[in-house]
Amino acid sequence: MSNKYDLIIIGTGPAGYTAAIYASRYNLSTLIIGAELGGTASKAPEIQNYPPYQSITGLELMELFEKHVRSLGVNIKVANVLEILGNEQNFKVITEDETFFSKKILLATGSQNKKSDIKNEDKFIGKGVSYCTTCDAPLFKERIVAVLGGGNSALQSALLLSQFAKKVYLIHRKENFNKAEPNLTNKIKKLKNVEILLNKEVISVEGDKFVRRVVLKDKTEINVDGLFIMTGYIPRNELTKNLGINLDEKGYIIVDENQKTNVPGVYAAGDCTYRKYKQIITAASEGAIAIIALYKEFQKENA
Amino acid sequence: MEIEVNDENFDKEVIEKSKQVPVLVDFWAPWCPPCRMLSPILTKIGKNFGDKLIVAKLNVDENPEKSREYGIMGIPSVKLFKNGEIIDEFVGAQPENNILRMLERNGVKNE
Repeated sequence: MSNKYDLIIIGTGPAGYTAAIYASRYNLSTLIIGAELGGTASKAPEIQNYPPYQSITGLELMELFEKHVRSLGVNIKVANVLEILGNEQNFKVITEDETFFSKKILLATGSQNKKSDIKNEDKFIGKGVSYCTTCDAPLFKERIVAVLGGGNSALQSALLLSQFAKKVYLIHRKENFNKAEPNLTNKIKKLKNVEILLNKEVISVEGDKFVRRVVLKDKTEINVDGLFIMTGYIPRNELTKNLGINLDEKGYIIVDENQKTNVPGVYAAGDCTYRKYKQIITAASEGAIAIIALYKEFQKENA
Repeated sequence: MEIEVNDENFDKEVIEKSKQVPVLVDFWAPWCPPCRMLSPILTKIGKNFGDKLIVAKLNVDENPEKSREYGIMGIPSVKLFKNGEIIDEFVGAQPENNILRMLERNGVKNE
């Protein structure tokens, strides 16, 4: 197989997969590379706002995306991209084992969990500290857990955990859940085994071999077996540095209405861009827009 | 090579076998996206290492006893057994090279 492509898409979440579908329909020779098939979306316990699915798990939805891409014969490569070098028409995409070349690039690298600055957080990863509720909730049957955060991910986590755990503390440093869907907030408030703690901050997680308790800023200690950290996301932007791509103050990639970055031949879509709303449906839409615009560019170049 | 293990045969297939050849146990569950990422990588490693390494898969959903015994609270959880003891471990999906480095640093060689 040749390692030269019209387009290399980096990222295998909703934006990258949708872009791959569009690219294939435009007959662009395309490679899609991702370290985590399905991306962050695949870890969502339940999705109820991606039509026409009334309810579907993140894993199921993203496997359908993947299947769609594969059915079109697009080559999916599971790897970490370490570096992108070169410029338009001659990009060089380097993974741990291989190097690929392309004329254009779409960055759909998404976001990752923001680490908090809780003491001992790293020490207890896999020993009670978790960032993936979908993965680990069923391991906390009849246990006591705390969920940290106040957005949709935190509330979804608490909801899922309440089905397994004996007791769930939902700890948020703000005074309300303004950032979350009211629908979710109402559901959470009705659950008998969920206790909401507002205006509270966890400063430390303590235990022996496993997590035993969290310590709040006001010195209160709460005995828990698990701590699920859902305090938000940061963009994955490591690949933008070499290329000189403009980022906003939070590190998100600045794009125009066609998803183009300031660097010729490089587009970006999905959660890694600076657009305000981060949804599966908006990521998919950005992926589609990027490819339509990019295809027009190809047409002009080849005219 | 790769095998499937469960609560009943764990002692025989992991603890006892690890006295002759290192056993890399993957504690996983079908609902876990990173487990699905990791699984084919471990299968490939198991194949490449031939009889120098046993990759053993344990479904935590179906095997609560061993999951409890080893305190599995985050998956995928991978533990390397040698002489009946855990000598190294990691949690979460990892790229192939990281796992190869882990094996190498514990003297597990593919030759």
